[in-house]
Amino acid sequence: MNDIKEVVVVSGKGGTGKTSVVGALASLLTNRVAADCDVDAANLHMILNPVVLEVKEFIGGKKATIDPSCCTSCGTCREVCRFEAISKDYVVDHRQCEGCGACYILCPAGAVDFPSSRAGSCYICKDKYSSPFVYAELLPGEENSGKLVAMVRNEARALAEKNGTPLVVIDGPPGIGCPVISSMTGTHVAVVVTEPTISGLHDLERIIDLAQFFKCKTGVIVNKSDVNPDYCKRIEEYCVTKGSSFLGAIPYEPKITEAQIQATTILDRAPDSQASEIIRIIHKKLLKILEEL
Amino acid sequence: MNIAIASGKGGTGKTTVAVNLAYFLATSGQSVQYLDCDVEEPNGHLFLKPKIESQTSATVMVPKIIEDKCTFCGECSAKCQYNALVSLPKIPPLVFPGLCHGCGLCIHVCPEDAIAEDKREIGRIEEGRGVQNIAFVHGILNVGEAMAVPLIRQVKARGGDTWVHIIDAPPGTACPLVASIGNADIVVMVTEPTPFGLHDLSIAVVVAEKLGISLGLVINRERDEFLPMEKYIREHRLEVLSRIPEDRRIAERYSRGDIIIEALPEYIPLFNDLAINLGKVFGKSVTGGKA
Repeated sequence: MNDIKEVVVVSGKGGTGKTSVVGALASLLTNRVAADCDVDAANLHMILNPVVLEVKEFIGGKKATIDPSCCTSCGTCREVCRFEAISKDYVVDHRQCEGCGACYILCPAGAVDFPSSRAGSCYICKDKYSSPFVYAELLPGEENSGKLVAMVRNEARALAEKNGTPLVVIDGPPGIGCPVISSMTGTHVAVVVTEPTISGLHDLERIIDLAQFFKCKTGVIVNKSDVNPDYCKRIEEYCVTKGSSFLGAIPYEPKITEAQIQATTILDRAPDSQASEIIRIIHKKLLKILEEL
Repeated sequence: MNIAIASGKGGTGKTTVAVNLAYFLATSGQSVQYLDCDVEEPNGHLFLKPKIESQTSATVMVPKIIEDKCTFCGECSAKCQYNALVSLPKIPPLVFPGLCHGCGLCIHVCPEDAIAEDKREIGRIEEGRGVQNIAFVHGILNVGEAMAVPLIRQVKARGGDTWVHIIDAPPGTACPLVASIGNADIVVMVTEPTPFGLHDLSIAVVVAEKLGISLGLVINRERDEFLPMEKYIREHRLEVLSRIPEDRRIAERYSRGDIIIEALPEYIPLFNDLAINLGKVFGKSVTGGKA
């Protein structure tokens, strides 16, 4: 089925309020699958309070280990390793090892073991709005977050296809690197949640360039907009120059943190607040963008 | 000495703590070098305002197939762990540079000596001097480039011997964090007193503990005590180096790119205490006794 639309919410800069916004939008979007692709710092489940229906193991990359009883100290592994991961006494530093397998394949004594192991888990869930939700947890310090992101998105799309759901909403990670690229490729709309600060604008420019590189339609939300109205205006002007839709400006609202502490959305915690009102308007604008795709 | 500033959750105030600590140490007479390892979204320069003196291209190695030597045997693609080489019948393998980690294994396993190497740019490194003569290095990952870790390693390789290094780490708890804090003497975890802040902090703390690095916390934007966080700190016997109150003036100054302790000098004692407490956790003064 090709008519499933995917919306990814990203930020460039971390901590701009992505997850609070996604949680609120997820509560308004009735016919959707939600997916948390911030796999090394997942938070959306703390708002959507899901029931886990199924857990799938994520097998990460391999890491080399040298068996000292077979090692002849010939030095081949140290010569071929480009990541300086093997010490003088032939112990592999797993912090440095990138799992290329050069030492394993080229060791003349067959002293290197190269096993794969579990690097995380993926959870297929039903959230508190009775809608499908997928999230994952990468084990601390692991690699291959991009692959786990791909697993979350595949599971979310499979649920959407099975249930005939037209929309997948993705909570993306901060940054612009591997897991962001994995969260964004092939999505239709990228919504950027930013803040009116010098760093917010700097990081917004890079993430918009990335989204346009992937041919996503882009929309921008400024959170805590009243911290610096001048920067908020500059961001709005920047959106015009980039052909990006300005979706709304949410003023600083302490009740958003209170909602988080109560494990719910601002719409549930303070439905009459200005922030809630603006999020409802953003929701309508987003639906219109999706209709026009 | 390497002081890494990390967080797990993004936007907790890593860069604020990093630039203000760097500024404080520099004004108290230390030679400070700032290494911005958040190469996906570097922000330190917006505050330290370095005059960039050198700019170099950051590259990784990628295989280059010597087509008239290739016999299409498929050995290179069979051994590549990253699917960066794909073999097809009767033509040389396709190379996908974006997936390549530059390990060079394909060169070793090719029986025909049909693989050479090229350099591929993944970003650039800039160096210069910022305010208070702080030596400044940052990496800027090219937009569309997935691989942050090689660039982080190249930024860290610019660390000079004579300096206190302030390493601004990226958010998250995966390999870019490990690459950034890997050889730190101490890691300062900046968190915020919220459920998200605590959740991500607890993962980042596991990373630091696995790496065997001593750590201390900075709790930023504190309003009321967030009891679950206090409980976590007690149970894990973590040191709180500093508590920065929620103050709208800090948010406003930050938004403009100001150094907080310069704009709001009443925060100098707070960073002084942070530096002293860092020295206690590290077991050696970080201010050179001049603070």
